[in-house]
Amino acid sequence: MTWETVIGLEIHVQLSTKSKLFSGGSTGFGAEPNTHVDLIDMGLPGVLPVANRDAFHKAIRFGLATNAEINQTSSFDRKNYFYPDLPKGYQITQMAMPIVGKGTIKIETEDGEKIINITRAHLEEDAGKSIHDLFEGETGVDLNRAGTPLLEIVSEPEISNAKEAVAYFKAIRQIVTFLDICDGNMAQGSMRCDVNVSVRKEGDTELGTRAEIKNINSFKFIEKAINHEIARQIKVIEAGNSVVQETRLYDSVKNETRSMRSKEEANDYRYFPCPDLLPVVISDDELNEIKSNLPELPEQKIKRYVTQINLDESEARIIAASKTMANIFEEACEKTNDSKLVAKWLVGDVSALLNKDNIDIEESKLSSSNFAKLIERITDNTISGKIAKSVLEEIWSSGDDVDAIIESKGLVQIQDETILVKIAQSIIDNNPNQVAAYKGGKDKLFGFFVGQVMKETQGKANPKSVNEILKKLLS
Amino acid sequence: MSIRYKTIKELSEMLKNNDISHPELIQETFSLIEENKNLNSFVTLNKENAILKAENINKESPSILNGIPIAQKDLFCTKDLRTTCGSNMLSSFIPPYSATVIENLEKAGCISVGKTNMDEFAMGSSNETSYFGNVLNPWGHNLVPGGSSGGSAAAVAAGIVPAATGTDTGGSIRQPASLCGISGLKPTYGRISRWGMIAFASSLDQAGPMARTAEDCAIMLNHMCSHDPKDTTSLDENIPDFTSTINDSIKGTKIGIVKEFDLSKLDNDVVKVFEESIKQYESMGAEFVEVSLPNISLSVPTYYVVAPAECSSNLSRFDGVKFGKRSELASNLEELYIHTRSEGFGDEVKRRILIGSYVLSAGFYDAYYKKAQQVRRLIKNDFDSAFKKVDVIMSPTTRGAAFEAGSKGSDPIQMYLEDLFTIPANLAGLPALSIPNGMIESKPIGLQLIGNYLDEQKILQVAHNFQKLSDWHLKTPSEDIS
Repeated sequence: MTWETVIGLEIHVQLSTKSKLFSGGSTGFGAEPNTHVDLIDMGLPGVLPVANRDAFHKAIRFGLATNAEINQTSSFDRKNYFYPDLPKGYQITQMAMPIVGKGTIKIETEDGEKIINITRAHLEEDAGKSIHDLFEGETGVDLNRAGTPLLEIVSEPEISNAKEAVAYFKAIRQIVTFLDICDGNMAQGSMRCDVNVSVRKEGDTELGTRAEIKNINSFKFIEKAINHEIARQIKVIEAGNSVVQETRLYDSVKNETRSMRSKEEANDYRYFPCPDLLPVVISDDELNEIKSNLPELPEQKIKRYVTQINLDESEARIIAASKTMANIFEEACEKTNDSKLVAKWLVGDVSALLNKDNIDIEESKLSSSNFAKLIERITDNTISGKIAKSVLEEIWSSGDDVDAIIESKGLVQIQDETILVKIAQSIIDNNPNQVAAYKGGKDKLFGFFVGQVMKETQGKANPKSVNEILKKLLS
Repeated sequence: MSIRYKTIKELSEMLKNNDISHPELIQETFSLIEENKNLNSFVTLNKENAILKAENINKESPSILNGIPIAQKDLFCTKDLRTTCGSNMLSSFIPPYSATVIENLEKAGCISVGKTNMDEFAMGSSNETSYFGNVLNPWGHNLVPGGSSGGSAAAVAAGIVPAATGTDTGGSIRQPASLCGISGLKPTYGRISRWGMIAFASSLDQAGPMARTAEDCAIMLNHMCSHDPKDTTSLDENIPDFTSTINDSIKGTKIGIVKEFDLSKLDNDVVKVFEESIKQYESMGAEFVEVSLPNISLSVPTYYVVAPAECSSNLSRFDGVKFGKRSELASNLEELYIHTRSEGFGDEVKRRILIGSYVLSAGFYDAYYKKAQQVRRLIKNDFDSAFKKVDVIMSPTTRGAAFEAGSKGSDPIQMYLEDLFTIPANLAGLPALSIPNGMIESKPIGLQLIGNYLDEQKILQVAHNFQKLSDWHLKTPSEDIS
């Protein structure tokens, strides 16, 4: 029997606003528990929410970047349930009238490009955090995160396998980081997703019963959780049973999903329009202003790199894949005027190091200014390309400043001709046999002399000068 | 010279003429509070701070409210002063901030002498649901003062303070004003900021003044209103001087009588009082016009869907986790919720949370909550058409005078019908007030005037004109009442 998988994702993107969705409380990460909490975040009696306009602007940017309908009038609803880290006993969200309607996003799959339809994207507030392991027999509540703005992006059930789900998640992450609406930091929980998975016999038109896997926050776990869940569901059906509609949790340690609550146990959230908040209306002017200030997106960057900077499309794609990489590229180009060289280093050595460590560029110790300086030191002949490689490796491990590394390791290229002539002459003098053979027509031996000079100078000699000097001395 | 039963205007004159000093006025007020302790109209006093403020007051301030003692309904958060909302749940809650209304009034020079008793979370029409006990009506200690702003109404009616703040979700200012023989105004929804008002039903709640005269209500309103960026439902509208037009003649003013308010179902005495008022207005040159509000009979059921729905959500935050009461009996999370809320809330609050949760639940939302909101729109439309024909709409405020405590027994529906005439103005967001217009068996009763959207000026003018030619508002309970 061949099985077909149907997957839909709900991605929660934490918007990078300075203050929370309904209060002036700070959204900063990593503060002491309950220090980024104001009266509204605590849900004190008598307080009222005021919607953060910037969160709307950021949501609209996402909508515009995914060719989505923007609902210029949108409204908030209350989702009622009890939990200690939900201070008001309800979450304010957009159920009936979300700010962003139907849109699309392009993803790269093994079979080429695929368009995934986005159902909607709506604003909502995050809850706080329950801390179960800090106090013996008690649960702590940290409300720092309570009220942080989230954009929940809901896809249509059009994703066919775990790899596509990851590709979709990556595409969303790429867009939100390019739009500067989210820092994309998965480790800090800035992006999390719920995955709806169902399976059906190939050719069936009806969707199978789905299970929802909650709160996954890494690419790796998305893939593993989905694959595990698909296998589980197929096993259930093949054993003659039916899949139960339920919410499941992914356990990354055991690599399995387990039931959290069934449909029958599901909360009745008693949604209704939040009477404390008027519908938010975005004027045409406001919308146009956001449109005209939309940052350049990956596809536009690739096009510009190819047509204006003359990069190969494959190079352009690698560089424009992440906002950080693109920023590093653009800063270095500005400072050095040698964009081909900049691209060569990013696509070559830098990408190789990233692959080796299996990390993203923003997780590396390479800063855009330090990288630009590295290229500058090559183009101003302070160091050779070969030395630059070792400097890059040093940056990779220590994050130190390029000039400091060059200085402390004495890597400055030897430019002084008289010194180089002296070294070259002594090598010629000490190798009479090779000189004779070279002069007798063994041209290949030229490389031997270059190598000897480089060895003597520990690679610091300017290769171009060495070539010229040797040619002169050996003629 | 006694300060008892004095109006804001009179007390302000006394202060200006040095008939009484600022500290003396406040000391006297606390003596009156002490003498009338049996009314149980105050839950918490603010004595030390109030006296301190009076001693340090800026005597040069031109504000008519400067140094005037007022009582605050215990539903407004007051910084560092206990705010209970009449509930065990908040019996030890001390807010870290003050409501905008409190700040506005205190900025104008008012001195808050204490927090007044009220029905628990403003749910009730007799002040019998308060955790802190019943409030007695100064006109008869066996009578209820009405609710939910019963403590504020009783304190003003007993002449302890010239004015108090109240809130009105379905009649909670106007009904106790009627039953206690004072004037009370519920402004247009959004006139006064809700920041710091502990929410009952957010789309209906509105703060307002309770005072001895319509003129004092206008004075209070001048300082209670503000556009507050902290409340997105607060209106960004011009705030007029509400006293500026109250003396204008009402000759030619068109007063609407609602066809669907079937007065024949009321006691003869109530009808007689109402008809007397009509005659008085006619003698002043007002014209009466019958208006039809075809959907008005749906007001009470609509209200008892919308208000409990919002209340069920608004009161979810009282869960024993962060503030307020926490049960000692709980051994796990679910028990914490169950015990805390079982112990913390009284029966009426629980009843409304249950009704509200029911009407919002999956499968019932469309039939109840959504339908109720649609009806609400129809009621608003009815008023809009009516106000094309008339300037104000007039009705009795209540179905009768104050009733005896315990007399509505265990039937909540009888209590809910108390608000028959007052609820429509809340559903439509319109301003409405009640002024005393007669006595039935030595008990006061009130007349309701409903105004067009944002037109508090008109109802205040119509009310003040009435009070210029009548003395119902000047009557005081006899001293030997028991």
